[in-house]
Amino acid sequence: MSDARHAGFDDFLDALEEGEPYYLEGTEGDGYLPPRRIDPATGSQELTEEPLPDTGEVLTYTQTHVASPEFADDAPFVVVVAEFGPVQITGQLREQEADEIEMGQEVEIGIDHTETHDKRVVVFTPA
Amino acid sequence: MVNDVRIAGVGMTKFGASPERTSRDLFSQAAGEAFADAEVQPQDIEELYYGNFMGEFAETQGHQGPLMADAAGVDAPATRVESACASSSAAVRMGVDKIRSGQADIVLVGGAERMKNISTAEGTEALSAAADALWEIRAGVTFPGAYSLMANRYFHEFGGSREDLAHIAVKNHENAVNNELAQFNKAIEIDDVLEAPTVSAPFGLYDCSPMSDGAAAAVLVSDSFADEHGLDTPVEITGVGQGSDSLALQDRESMIETPAASDAGQMAFDDAGIDRSDVDIAEVHDCFTIAEALALEALGFYEPGEAISAAREGETTIDGELPVNLSGGLKAKGHPVGATGCAQISEMTKLLRGDHVNSDAVSDASVGLTHNAGGTVASCVVHILEEVDQ
Repeated sequence: MSDARHAGFDDFLDALEEGEPYYLEGTEGDGYLPPRRIDPATGSQELTEEPLPDTGEVLTYTQTHVASPEFADDAPFVVVVAEFGPVQITGQLREQEADEIEMGQEVEIGIDHTETHDKRVVVFTPA
Repeated sequence: MVNDVRIAGVGMTKFGASPERTSRDLFSQAAGEAFADAEVQPQDIEELYYGNFMGEFAETQGHQGPLMADAAGVDAPATRVESACASSSAAVRMGVDKIRSGQADIVLVGGAERMKNISTAEGTEALSAAADALWEIRAGVTFPGAYSLMANRYFHEFGGSREDLAHIAVKNHENAVNNELAQFNKAIEIDDVLEAPTVSAPFGLYDCSPMSDGAAAAVLVSDSFADEHGLDTPVEITGVGQGSDSLALQDRESMIETPAASDAGQMAFDDAGIDRSDVDIAEVHDCFTIAEALALEALGFYEPGEAISAAREGETTIDGELPVNLSGGLKAKGHPVGATGCAQISEMTKLLRGDHVNSDAVSDASVGLTHNAGGTVASCVVHILEEVDQ
């Protein structure tokens, strides 16, 4: 992937680094992550930025041993999908061993950088 | 009036490792076999739909529609179809639509993939392009990783174990032992699966389909073309369905349901005018062991949470109530991504015609279902094949 910014996605990472993460809310309260212009639930193009809840809940996880070259020096690492109010976000687990994580546990969201290429990655830490 | 679509001929290379063979070489072999099986000539073909996923990555080769037409000796409109691992079943569906609509009477469909000329790490990267490039790949999600996320959630909600999944791998390897086109002709034991190196927990190596080189092709004709030319076409595609879902798991209401498959299945059942209970045998997209369970549940053969034990209970084995993946599935037959969907069609056609190595075990079977998924089932195509009187 090129080093060009990805509008919406990198804006979200910037906001995360600044401690003000957000999601996009549709007219009926459904939540989405950027970039998104159309609410698939309603067809509306009126999406507003709302603050992301401070903590999320682990929905699932996996410890990956065979990684793509982009994460070769990071492996093994734990990928988590966590639910923050109306949105679910994928990131990597930090500050906790893989065998200690539990479904439903609370996590906080942040930004770290990959070992392999020093690229920004969404991370979760125990709340 | 809608034309009925008959399968006049099928062809398929042996799946496995042939890293020096180009995809054009692989596809021309499969197409040539399909022409010979159908007893037609390449110049008879009126349209080509060809599936391929990672040609740009593995071979620096795009624009493969006309390339493959040329390789197959076909002079007709040719289009590449890309829907990740469901690419060539999407191509088959387009071919069916072309004939049903009356726009063509004879269509070549198929697909190919060359994967073993690149490293496992490069292949892992190429395959991950079927996931969401921003929200999943940037977080380190691989394909085994994505399905592992689904499997762990499945275990959490429904129970089940790695050993249940191991029975799916053992079954599919057993089915492939005598299939000379399969990548692995080797039976494995439960302990082999459980003790294999971890790829992405809970999956070990034997929970994962392999990377493979290979191609598959089929000649589809209208029933009137078959009659006029005296072609032997004992198998008809009677039902077609396709569904879509969010690319990223995080954007779905559930990570353990695959509504694209449910939609595609219901569409195909309705199209064929059959009930799922009419299906005698199925080829489903077992890219990872959990995927076979998810497919059987989405298609309505099992209630949610119940298909994980189907292989263990012997319900989906070759002598079970619903034999699944008699070809060996992706797990043992191999998974050259762009070829897989049409390979299911090729193997199912042979199973129903009676010329597959496992046909004798299911000699009464007359209705087969194929389920081919792209990504974490963000795409799914289902076909119903039926043995018909000519």
